[in-house]
Amino acid sequence: MPPNLMTARNLTKVYDTGEVKVHALRGVDLDIAQGELIVLLGPSGSGKSTLLNILGGLDSPTSGEVLFQGKPLTGSSSAALTRYRRQHVGFIFQFYNLVPSLTARENVSLVTEIAEDPIPAEEALALVGMSARIDHFPAELSGGEQQRVAVARAIAKRPHLLLCDEPTGALDSTTGVRVLEALEHVNRALGATTLIITHNVGIADMADRVIRFSDGMIASTENMGRRRKPSEISW
Amino acid sequence: MNLFSALDRKLLRDLVHMRGQALAVGVIIACGVGILIMALGALQSLQQSREIYYEHYRFADVFADVKRAPERLASEIRQIDGVQQVETRISRIVTLDIARLEEPANGQLVSIPDDGAPVLNGVLLYEGRWPDLTRPDEAVVSKAFAEANALGIGDSVSAIINGRARDVTLVGIGDSPEYIYTLGPGALLPDDERFGVFWMRRRALEAAFDLDGAFSSVSVTLAGNTQPENVIAELDILLAPFAGVGAYARDDQISHAFIESEMQQLRSMARVIPPVFLVVSAILIHAILSRLIATERQQIGLLKAFGYTRAEIGWHYVKFALVLSGGGVLAGFVMGWALAGLLTHLYSDTFRFPDIILTLAPASFLIGAVAAFSAAIAGALTSALRAASLAPAEAMSPAPPTIYRRGFFERLSGAPNLDAPTRMIARHLTRWPLRAGMTMFGIAASVALLVGTLFAFDSVDAMLDTRFNRTDAYDAAVNFVEPQGTDALLELGRLPGVLEVEGNRNIYVRLRHGSHDERAVIVGLQPDGHQKQLLDAGGQIVPVPERGLALSNQMASMISAGRGDRVTVDVLEGRRPVVDVPVTAIVAEDIGAFAYMDIRQVNRLLGERPTVTGAFLAIDPDQNKDFSEQVLARPRIASVSLQEPAIAAFETTLEETIYIMMAIYALIGGSIAAGVVYNAARIAMMERGRELASLRVLGFTEGEVTHILLGELAILIMIALPVGAVFGLGFANLIVSGMSTELYRIPFALQPSTYGLAGIIVLVASIGSAILVARRVRDLDLIEVLKTRE
Repeated sequence: MPPNLMTARNLTKVYDTGEVKVHALRGVDLDIAQGELIVLLGPSGSGKSTLLNILGGLDSPTSGEVLFQGKPLTGSSSAALTRYRRQHVGFIFQFYNLVPSLTARENVSLVTEIAEDPIPAEEALALVGMSARIDHFPAELSGGEQQRVAVARAIAKRPHLLLCDEPTGALDSTTGVRVLEALEHVNRALGATTLIITHNVGIADMADRVIRFSDGMIASTENMGRRRKPSEISW
Repeated sequence: MNLFSALDRKLLRDLVHMRGQALAVGVIIACGVGILIMALGALQSLQQSREIYYEHYRFADVFADVKRAPERLASEIRQIDGVQQVETRISRIVTLDIARLEEPANGQLVSIPDDGAPVLNGVLLYEGRWPDLTRPDEAVVSKAFAEANALGIGDSVSAIINGRARDVTLVGIGDSPEYIYTLGPGALLPDDERFGVFWMRRRALEAAFDLDGAFSSVSVTLAGNTQPENVIAELDILLAPFAGVGAYARDDQISHAFIESEMQQLRSMARVIPPVFLVVSAILIHAILSRLIATERQQIGLLKAFGYTRAEIGWHYVKFALVLSGGGVLAGFVMGWALAGLLTHLYSDTFRFPDIILTLAPASFLIGAVAAFSAAIAGALTSALRAASLAPAEAMSPAPPTIYRRGFFERLSGAPNLDAPTRMIARHLTRWPLRAGMTMFGIAASVALLVGTLFAFDSVDAMLDTRFNRTDAYDAAVNFVEPQGTDALLELGRLPGVLEVEGNRNIYVRLRHGSHDERAVIVGLQPDGHQKQLLDAGGQIVPVPERGLALSNQMASMISAGRGDRVTVDVLEGRRPVVDVPVTAIVAEDIGAFAYMDIRQVNRLLGERPTVTGAFLAIDPDQNKDFSEQVLARPRIASVSLQEPAIAAFETTLEETIYIMMAIYALIGGSIAAGVVYNAARIAMMERGRELASLRVLGFTEGEVTHILLGELAILIMIALPVGAVFGLGFANLIVSGMSTELYRIPFALQPSTYGLAGIIVLVASIGSAILVARRVRDLDLIEVLKTRE
């Protein structure tokens, strides 16, 4: 068993809107190993995004504790969380969120310029198969291409943790597979621990572990024996 | 249309949602409308107060001074065609010995009829009573002088009349429309401490000046539409044998002319300054509406799909602009009313009206509202038309992504070493050059307005410096009761502390050139003198012309004469020669319209032996006091004015108001920069909030994201500063020419420090606004950005 990258203990998250209290997380315990690829499944509002946000340093739990490499993340200042995201976390969004005024290469440079030991932008783009369109602006790229640039941007800092919220949600199956291949490739090549939120049950087949969420709690955890290649996944 | 349709409710909610920006635009509109109403209000207040005062106290239309004319002349004057009322009187300048002042003061003694109040140029008696006929030493004193010297009824001052000191007892305090604005003899600035008016009974002054059955001054009113020119010509003929020095109309009456000149400046202010604010407000409304329509693109498509017409959609956004500016217009009304009140209150120190009635004509509010709403509609028009012409199907689908390109400069230089944030800033700037240009223009307008208002302080400095250190370098100016031989100068030279004496000979003339005809004073100067010097426009000394005439620029423009022209000089004194004289130089002067000659030429012209009417003195400052004491005791001296206390008095007045004025200018001028920067930053924040939040998620710090958000603005501000400085230079020139009158010209002076001050005010206002917006970076919703599509 490789060492734990992250540990979450008894995480709860309550959104207090004044009139109603929404319990987004109701006591979640989770150990994430170095290099693991985890798929989080569950209906909308089951708490998976909230967990992802807390693990990524975008949100803090109402109670409980998160350890990253054995150090507590909970209770950190906003500046410390920014530092954590900057150094260790790569994000991939459903809608790519590329900077429209920067080319593919420059969108990646945006991250490599502030990272400590980055992969050169060109190499990161080669990893996701985007070398040919390196000087194109986002508006000149298809959705799948934009998402692959987003993957390159996320992995160029050599993140310990790669968090993907519905990375193929806006894509058709062919381009979706290409994005998943890119994720799979960098997970293996760089050993980045990867968490993928999805509604697409088929994607679970490429995971080391599948965690199902329901009503703010982990409903089940399934260790997958053999990871399938994204090209073998059926949608 | 229903007043509160669903669409109107949307409009109001949009406005509430954009309240920060609405406020920024509102403040700018309020400033524009407020200044307009202030200027027009102050103008109307001066006009109305003056009119009422003139009417109630029967201010005369034409005035003339003579040395001594028999009273029977009055009936002949009455026969002149167009003359309605005539009043003769005695009016003389004397020196005063005021106990609390070290230096001498001057008094204008004016007679009032023995049998009651004056028919013309009436005196308003605030308190006390008229002088008793049997007591020749009683006088009513002008209120400003009494106040400045803490004099009350029953006090007395010592007047030197014909070389003898006489105590004048104050029995009343009053004012007259003739002295709303007072200037002492030879003075350039009002000095209430050292110049006062004393109204005394005619009989008392006749006796004091040996003028039994004679007068030295006559005022007339004109009937109906009589033009003063004809009456002046006839008066001059009648009075010539009695050493009349030329009749003049209200336009040349000092008090009237100064009020006129102030009104001219208000007119110019109303024309020049408010448009700057309104143009900037139009630009901001354009920016806000463009953004709003981009945000509401899909809603507009939906409304069109529902069946709303193009006109309804267009009108909706125009209405948005009108409601948005409506608040500013109302605030401008209040601000204008308050500022007009403040300004008329300040005027009451300078212009001695019995009371200034704040008059705000409904028309000025109407003008302000129409101007502001026109600007708002102009700003809204292109956006509203664009919204109206959106095709519904196209509008309902999301806007196509913005296409960026490598900027011109990047391609030119290859720009290999720019970091990604800098590229974002650069491309954003070049992607919307028009918008960037408008923002830059708005900030530059702020700089320009500040430079164009703050330069006035440099100008006042320059004017004082030129006057008191260069052209009028003397310490004291003395005027004699009558022309004197040069022995009078020797006598002055023997007074304690006097280092140098330079005589001058003033003569009243009419200058004619072409169809122009102006009454003027020719000052005869010693050619080798340096107490009074003439300068050209470049500040170089112009030698006193040995033959010919030097004209001040104001006089030159009044009679349209230039160097080399020959002008006709009708001398109004002595044997009244008429000669043609060449103009040999034009000299730069800020106040007054004069002509200069070599004193020997003046003496030759009059066929007199070397004669002087006054002298400029240099005095050892340590002996000022001794000089003042002894000069008062000399006979034949009509007035003495010392430079230093006059400057000091003016500077004190200036210092009392300068910081308040500067603060008002800074607030008003800076509000433009604050509004423009706030708006631009808010719009950037709205447009790019998602992009910036993504960057925060990627690990960019608040500072780095703020840098990307505001870097563009910082660059625009840096460009706007020099551009605004150049605009400001032009603006200041515009103001100088707009405010110049026959009486004085604001000299054009602009110190580098004024540019610096304008720049600092704009920077502070900009940074303040930017900080307000930058705080929102902290509140960016990082989680939302993961979820939503733009």
